Amino acid sequence: MDNEERQIVVPGETIVSGNEYLPGDGAYRDGNEVVSKRFGVSNISDKHVRVIPVSGTYYPRRGNTIIGTVVDITHNGWLIDFGGAQNAFLGVSEVPRYINKNELREFLDFGESVVVKVWDVKGRGIDVSMKMRGFGKLEGGMLFSVNPNKVPRIIGKEGSMVKLIRDATGCEITVGQNGKVWISGSDVQKEILTREIIEFVVNNATINGLTEKVEEFIKSKGLKGSDVEIVAENTDGGEE
Amino acid sequence: MSDFIVPNLQKEKIEEYATEGMRLDGRKISDYREIKVEKEISKNAESSVRVRVGDTEVFAGVKMAVTEPYPDSPNEGTFMTTAELHPMASDNFDLGKPGIGAIELARVIDRGIRESGFIDFKKLCIKEGEKVWQVFVDIVALNDGGNLLDVAGLAALIALGNARLPVYNEEEDKIEHEFSDNPLPLDKEAMSFNMTLHKIGGKILVDVTKEEEAISDYRISIAVADNSGEPRITAMQKGKAGAISEGDMENILNLVCDKWKEMFPKVKELVFG
Amino acid sequence: MVNSLYTKRSDGRKMDEVRPMKAKVGIVPSADGSASFETGGTKAIAVVRGPRTLHPQHMQNPQKGILRVSYGMMPFSVWDRIRPGPSRRSEEISKVVEWALSSVVDLSEFPNTVVDVFIQIPQADAGTRVAGLNAASMALAHAGIPMKEMVSAIAVGKADKTLIVDVNKEEEDFSEGEGATDIPMALTSRTKNIALLQLDGKISPNELREAINMGKKACGDILKVQMDALKNVNGGSDNE
Repeated sequence: MDNEERQIVVPGETIVSGNEYLPGDGAYRDGNEVVSKRFGVSNISDKHVRVIPVSGTYYPRRGNTIIGTVVDITHNGWLIDFGGAQNAFLGVSEVPRYINKNELREFLDFGESVVVKVWDVKGRGIDVSMKMRGFGKLEGGMLFSVNPNKVPRIIGKEGSMVKLIRDATGCEITVGQNGKVWISGSDVQKEILTREIIEFVVNNATINGLTEKVEEFIKSKGLKGSDVEIVAENTDGGEE
Repeated sequence: MSDFIVPNLQKEKIEEYATEGMRLDGRKISDYREIKVEKEISKNAESSVRVRVGDTEVFAGVKMAVTEPYPDSPNEGTFMTTAELHPMASDNFDLGKPGIGAIELARVIDRGIRESGFIDFKKLCIKEGEKVWQVFVDIVALNDGGNLLDVAGLAALIALGNARLPVYNEEEDKIEHEFSDNPLPLDKEAMSFNMTLHKIGGKILVDVTKEEEAISDYRISIAVADNSGEPRITAMQKGKAGAISEGDMENILNLVCDKWKEMFPKVKELVFG
Repeated sequence: MVNSLYTKRSDGRKMDEVRPMKAKVGIVPSADGSASFETGGTKAIAVVRGPRTLHPQHMQNPQKGILRVSYGMMPFSVWDRIRPGPSRRSEEISKVVEWALSSVVDLSEFPNTVVDVFIQIPQADAGTRVAGLNAASMALAHAGIPMKEMVSAIAVGKADKTLIVDVNKEEEDFSEGEGATDIPMALTSRTKNIALLQLDGKISPNELREAINMGKKACGDILKVQMDALKNVNGGSDNE
């Protein structure tokens, strides 16, 4: 019963029986049985049992890429609202260049948006960084939110889905694991179309042959394959 | 009530789209979102509805009672509108007594209905100086996706348009536990519905989303009725701190007239079916 | 049921029969979790927001998140209009429902946060707190909140000497003979423990034992409806 046996489970439901199975994320042991602790899809791999959520808030994990907006500035950093229970802290030492304590607002002001990496998750909040290549301030473009649990589908295996959409629309796309998506294109129509395509992926995330359906959808909107200039490389948001 | 923060780049993008007559969800600035109505939510109510416009959804219900009239209007029924911006509808609503958001919304809707003459208050009189019908419209927000005021106003109208009076036993002076077939005494021709417009990116927008609502310069709610085929304004309320220029006022009135032609028949159909 | 004055139910049901049920998950797009649950003429809506930061700070628990339930009835849900706002009755119901849900929910991963559960009743025909609890259980699962098991609730009772399951308004008001006894109860899905129990009326210990057994069986029916609703949630259109 490995890998392929996925079922939708609810809290309290037995996923599998047998002492050789180990409960992982979202599961717990009750006697001989491994039981679900969350509502989601069960995943068994090498006797390791997890439950992957299909809905609900985003819980940050170390290494995640997230998109957020500055809501406060302290003496040594910025507080970023990314839609989680607590705000993320971006320390002044976690940005690509040296910032003097007086230059904080000049570098990153209230209301500006960033794509950052989560490097620590503690009880009182999370710490993020934008020192690495591919992370930084977001300029222009537009933001919208999707169910964070569907982000892996938007990115696709090794970034294949998001690349498909980028090539077809010519828009820059950055996807945060927290469900925030950033799009920037050469005109209003392209941006709206890109958003529609991404929402199509989210609404059809569970069906087989999604890639073909997406390609059909793109064609039906009058777009061809690679429509334009390759714009500056943005991180594709990382994978699961 | 806490503030809903819109990122700077989003504000700029919404304004950029608006100058081109467009919005982030693909609509034109003068387009309404899809309207869905479900009636008869509560069998215990004189009328109850659930109205959804885009993502914004509210419940509204009508309940009635018999009471003494106000001394200065001894032969008229009374009317009261309440609105609950319930915290289930938004991260930005708090539990507790109604805040200014709920109060303003209820009062604006109340005025629009009262001043239009939609409800025939004189016909709600049972015995002059002693007994009149009391009409309550209670609105509860379920999801705030922007433009709660217009959605709530529409729900209130539909609820009123579908209400039936309870059976009143005049001899024993009590309301029986059943509904009559009699509708509320309404002057259908006097119906007035609410349109809230927002100024964004130099343009005037109708039926705003939550983000658009948060970044607009100002909003103006206008209640419009039908005066023999021409629009008639029965109430207005400007909100937020931005100021309306003369040019804006012209654009606003023009847009109101255009949208009224398109929406009034639709609203009438929704209210009276 | 010897010589009871209540021999036939007002709506023709069998004594141990639950009214027709209807459940739906994902009805409020901006919420983290939401659900509706209907039993006959009683409709309940539950909306979950959280985990989110709890204000004021002094109420925060540094070891785990707190659960906060707020129950209310819409003014037009009952024949005699209810003035908007909390009442002593709604405060008490909020608390017993909160205790019931707290027995299964695990918020140890979310210190300093609150999970708000809002329950609202658009139409009432007795059994509002149990319908609310059924909806809340689904909404919490939908919100991805870790729960050891689900909770299912029903109001059992007695009309004169007859034990009944899923008491409706007429039965609640029954006044002949020994009158009406109303027993709202909730059962956890896996461990089958009683998470909520209240009673008012007149009943012997033996009758109570039997009533609880009838209730346990009915809770099994409720659980099935809750699980079906969760497993059939529309991935995409309603919940994001």
